[in-house]
Amino acid sequence: MRKNAGVKIGSFILMKCIRMLTLLFAICLISFLLIKNSPIDPVQAYIGADMLKVGPEQRERIAEYWGLDQPVIVQFLNWGSALLKGDLGTSMIFRRPVSEIIGERFVNSVVLMLTAWVLSGVIGFVMGVVSAMKKDTWIDRIIKLYCYTLASTPTFWMGLLMLIVFAVWLGWFPIGLGVPAGVLAEDVTIADRLQHLILPALTLSVLGVANVALHTREKLIDVLASDYVMFARARGEKGFLLFWRHGLRNIALPAITLQFAAFSELFGGAVLAEQVFSYPGLGQATVEAGLRGDVPLLLGLVLFSTIFVFAGNLIADIIYYVVDPRTRESRTI
Amino acid sequence: MSVLEVKDLLISFNQYTSGLKQQQLNVISNLTITLEKGEILAVVGASGSGKSLLAHAILGILPSNANVSGTLRYDGEVLTPAKQASLRGSEIALIPQSVNYLDPLMRVGNQVRTSARVENPVTAQRKVFERLHLHENVEKMYPFQLSGGMARRTLLSTAIVSGAKVIIADEPTPGLDPVVIKEAMESFRELADSGCAVMLITHDIVSALSIADKIAVFYAGTTVEIAPVENFAGDGEALRHPYSKALWRALPQNDFIPIPGAQPHPGDLPPGCLFAPRCPLATPECDRGQPEMRTLRDGMVRCIHAT
Repeated sequence: MRKNAGVKIGSFILMKCIRMLTLLFAICLISFLLIKNSPIDPVQAYIGADMLKVGPEQRERIAEYWGLDQPVIVQFLNWGSALLKGDLGTSMIFRRPVSEIIGERFVNSVVLMLTAWVLSGVIGFVMGVVSAMKKDTWIDRIIKLYCYTLASTPTFWMGLLMLIVFAVWLGWFPIGLGVPAGVLAEDVTIADRLQHLILPALTLSVLGVANVALHTREKLIDVLASDYVMFARARGEKGFLLFWRHGLRNIALPAITLQFAAFSELFGGAVLAEQVFSYPGLGQATVEAGLRGDVPLLLGLVLFSTIFVFAGNLIADIIYYVVDPRTRESRTI
Repeated sequence: MSVLEVKDLLISFNQYTSGLKQQQLNVISNLTITLEKGEILAVVGASGSGKSLLAHAILGILPSNANVSGTLRYDGEVLTPAKQASLRGSEIALIPQSVNYLDPLMRVGNQVRTSARVENPVTAQRKVFERLHLHENVEKMYPFQLSGGMARRTLLSTAIVSGAKVIIADEPTPGLDPVVIKEAMESFRELADSGCAVMLITHDIVSALSIADKIAVFYAGTTVEIAPVENFAGDGEALRHPYSKALWRALPQNDFIPIPGAQPHPGDLPPGCLFAPRCPLATPECDRGQPEMRTLRDGMVRCIHAT
């Protein structure tokens, strides 16, 4: 039985990996073609403000050097083979390897996103549970109102509000950036970093709770109306014990899955929040790469975010697969 | 003295018909039954006649939008919601209809153990499983791994370990093969013989007859007749109510003659006797109000023409 389960989960993960590879290939091809057909001129983006000093011949020589005169498919293969060797190219804005920039920015972003993710997950779950257990009371109404309002609030607007209230009016937190301005890198303390992290993380969490809370609420209401909870009541179980034994068990899984699957929204939210707070994370890099035509960085970020979101979904699938007895244990006993 | 007494029970739901107009649906009305120690009362009737709601009303687990009136007594004491809450699972146990009533993510052994009130939960559960011929690795299974018969016996064991004196079994037989049905019925008989009062809610009249002491016939949310089991014999000439007779004669092994028409919808009940529109004996008097339940030949009947 055990061995059988091992084989099953092995083939499950193998299938997921194959899907990941095909997805990545499709993303590579599509984003490459999109950028190729966009008005971005790589030579101009590379030279930047010095464009006037460079003659047409020189431009052509740069294009030739980069292989821009070759057919699209050859260009794609060139880029693809470099990619396979782990070379993402050099960012034109930062003049450094793309992989280095992504790595550095990711560390900043991951702290922000993880904080927001854990906070919104835990708080949202608790809110959903309270709301469902106290259905149709004033506390349920307040939580619902809050969630509906927040679910339709744009991230950047929330970020601006946070900045206005907590940074400008109250002066509790710095206005933007990841570290204090005018301080040497080696003098920046963890406390400094934390202080800069709080507002963007709070913005993302405050918005993120709505989704989990509303889903958990619905699910728990369903569970509480289910036959097995009615039977548990008929056996004399009630209150918190009833929730602990039958409620929590049945709503935790969907909530965890949902939270992992929300990686994509988290990433999207982070792009906007980082822009508002000028927080030096992946999101901000993405916006800059897009605006300033930094093709290698943009493509690198697209690939990276694909992997990131896919990993979130994969973790959700694996957790569901391993934790839920209905998929874990086969019928044959 | 009866263990459980239900008198003039009325269960209704408010339903919005068109716009904000509300209509009161009487799903159960004027229901009166009693349950004695050591006795099995089978409650039979077509689906939609309110049988399950009766069980839920006794336990006090009706949905919150249900209105209940009438008196319920347990051991002579009036059952208030608080009293019901304290008796649920310890004095009155429910055996539900299907495996859906077990928590899908909890091992069945644990679920049975949570019902145990009298002795050590683990030993109680193992003893009951052995008695019901459930293999010892069943306790480690999840509900989705159980076969129909195993699920039935698991549900039954929750009632046995609770040590309850009143057991209400709600449709315990559908979808089971005859051997398992017979087994289940025998275990109900055993429970009754050990001093429990059993209420067996079913539409399987034939199985019910094999073990029950009394049969209550349900029609459109009320009892039309309560008869000793021996009356269900021959052409049903010993039965009192025209509906019970018709029900008996409609069985395949008897005449297999269905009666025309259908049970009235709770929102559209006839003014007088609920069965009058389909009754061969109906007279204008039948429409003048619902007949009272009266004692007749060692049973009870709700019909002015019954003799």
